[in-house]
Amino acid sequence: MTDKKLIYLDNNATTAVDPEVFEAMRPYFCEQYGNPGSIHAFGGSMMSKIEKAREQVSALIGADRKDRHGKFTEVIFTSCGTESDNTAIHSALRVCPKKKKVIMSTVEHPAVLSLGKDLEKRGYPVSYVPVDSRGALDMERYEEMVDTETALVSIMWANNETGNIYPVEKCAEIAHRYGALFHTDAVQAIGKIPCNMSESKIDMLSLSGHKLHGPKGVGALYVRRGIRFRPGQIGGHQERGRRAGTENVASIIGLGEAAEMAMRSIEEENSRIKGLRDRLENGICNSIPKAKVLGDIKNRLPNTTLIGFEAIEGESILMMMDRLGICASSGSACTTGSLEPSHVLRAMGVPYTIAHGAIRFSLSTYNTQEEIDFVIKEMPAIIAWLRKLSPFWKE
Amino acid sequence: MWDYNDKVMDHFLNPRNVGEVKDADGVGQVGNMSCGDALKLSFKLDKDGKICEAKFQTFGCASAIASSSALTELILGMTLDEAEEVSNKDIVDVLGDLPEAKLHCSVMGMEALQAAIANYRGEESDAEQEDNHEGRIVCKCFSVTDTKIRNTALDNDLHTVEEITDYCKAGGACGACLEEIQDILDGLWKEKKAESTSSKQAEFMAMPLIQRVLKVQEIIDSEVKPMLEQDGGGIDLIDMKDNVVYVKLTGHCASCPSAGITLKSGVEAVLKDCIFPEIVVENV
Repeated sequence: MTDKKLIYLDNNATTAVDPEVFEAMRPYFCEQYGNPGSIHAFGGSMMSKIEKAREQVSALIGADRKDRHGKFTEVIFTSCGTESDNTAIHSALRVCPKKKKVIMSTVEHPAVLSLGKDLEKRGYPVSYVPVDSRGALDMERYEEMVDTETALVSIMWANNETGNIYPVEKCAEIAHRYGALFHTDAVQAIGKIPCNMSESKIDMLSLSGHKLHGPKGVGALYVRRGIRFRPGQIGGHQERGRRAGTENVASIIGLGEAAEMAMRSIEEENSRIKGLRDRLENGICNSIPKAKVLGDIKNRLPNTTLIGFEAIEGESILMMMDRLGICASSGSACTTGSLEPSHVLRAMGVPYTIAHGAIRFSLSTYNTQEEIDFVIKEMPAIIAWLRKLSPFWKE
Repeated sequence: MWDYNDKVMDHFLNPRNVGEVKDADGVGQVGNMSCGDALKLSFKLDKDGKICEAKFQTFGCASAIASSSALTELILGMTLDEAEEVSNKDIVDVLGDLPEAKLHCSVMGMEALQAAIANYRGEESDAEQEDNHEGRIVCKCFSVTDTKIRNTALDNDLHTVEEITDYCKAGGACGACLEEIQDILDGLWKEKKAESTSSKQAEFMAMPLIQRVLKVQEIIDSEVKPMLEQDGGGIDLIDMKDNVVYVKLTGHCASCPSAGITLKSGVEAVLKDCIFPEIVVENV
């Protein structure tokens, strides 16, 4: 097991921390461990490091608005993407107490979708925008749903399973027409596709460190300057009182470094990584019968492909791949412990014959053509073997 | 990541008896694509009526494939009467162990075997009857009927909704039926308790009087007397008629103002517990 080479194609789940990022974080555990809130220089000097990280993250998303002291103020550091999402949605409901309605898509990440279900239980009306068979948003239905009772619309920028990119600018514009706030869960998009908040209508945006070669346990919430906000976590005065709790100094610095590196690699993401993804996708679909790419092929992240293999089940596929050191994910039921295929595939109405055998490959800058060619070479035998076992497979 | 043991992994990676038996004597298929797993089992009998060939085809996760493979190994050489007795526990035993949330894979194995045997005999199997006629669909996501939930609970002594989901998937998706499953379980086990009580009573009353007296005497000697002797009291068994036991309290108990309480919540409670709940104790 130990000598087999790892081929990591599950970068939408999490990514490797970049060694440079790790080096940047290293001094802030045992040596420079001060609390940024302290008066003494040992701790207090940490604050400038955090401000630098805020600048780096702001630069990545094009959040260039500063306060009168020249400080970037639109990025709040949090503990993860989920916290950012929860904070944004709860804040919107608190700043407009007269409006109760929330709108989100049916394919949101559980960080948003489960909160939607919870809000329903607490008496808030929540509407879910459906998607078509490619996973594209039904914009007509969306327009019908938004009204002056709507407090917030939350639509993800890119979907974690299909990689589909959603028209968030257009959605934000429609939300604003009715005076609603617009939030986007951009955890999968940031670092993979360009983002410029200075020219955007989006009010709030969530991102996460570990999806862009930063550490786990740190995220950020962008809140446009001028938007009313209520913190999700109450306590000390950290983050200007907008997110209480001693700053996760090392991880915030790591997120800053990762953001800076992502700015440099975003072009590569859209050329080399996209090339590898297409090579993988074509290689698999050309050599394996009844393999189908799921999602909105012309409108998705450059690193992601979701391929459905007919008549077999995802967990078995992943476990056969795992033996060869190939890591990927599945929208199938059995892998997650739930018993149904993913809510995204169900929302898209993907037939069960394919949904149970859907495998997601998500690449990163660390992947090589050699790895991709190895996967292309090995997949046909895995699929053929499992189909030989399947009562539903007919040659 | 599931924590599969080596045996499960071996049966998954090197499954035994894959395929379809040619000119099979019995074929059974259970599960379907929408459920996420399905198993087709076929077997052939030799001239002595023993299973000499068994093969499977499975659509499903690693543990579904491993359970199917284990099933074929298990039943080779069995007569159909023996094979009929194979339970999902026997399949789990071959594999050593399965994660709880995967136990439904072993249930699928048992059902496929029953379906194949029924097919040989020209009957409908339990699973098919459940699917086709019996009961009312409770879990709409996985089309599980109340009959199947009851049978699964009885076969495996299941008392919680989580266990039901692990064994037959019911309630594992939208969750709308969870309360109903709990109601079914509550009703089922209440019924079972009542049944076991009445059968206990019938069994006791069927014994000759002398044995009934000896049994009560034994309980009084071992359970009741030591309790009363602590307070310097005693008890004698005088007579029995139907469900009434006549006793005489002695020693301190005879004159104790709490004798009534001792009799009912002490002596009678013990006898109710040990014999059957309708026992009544009278002091003479």
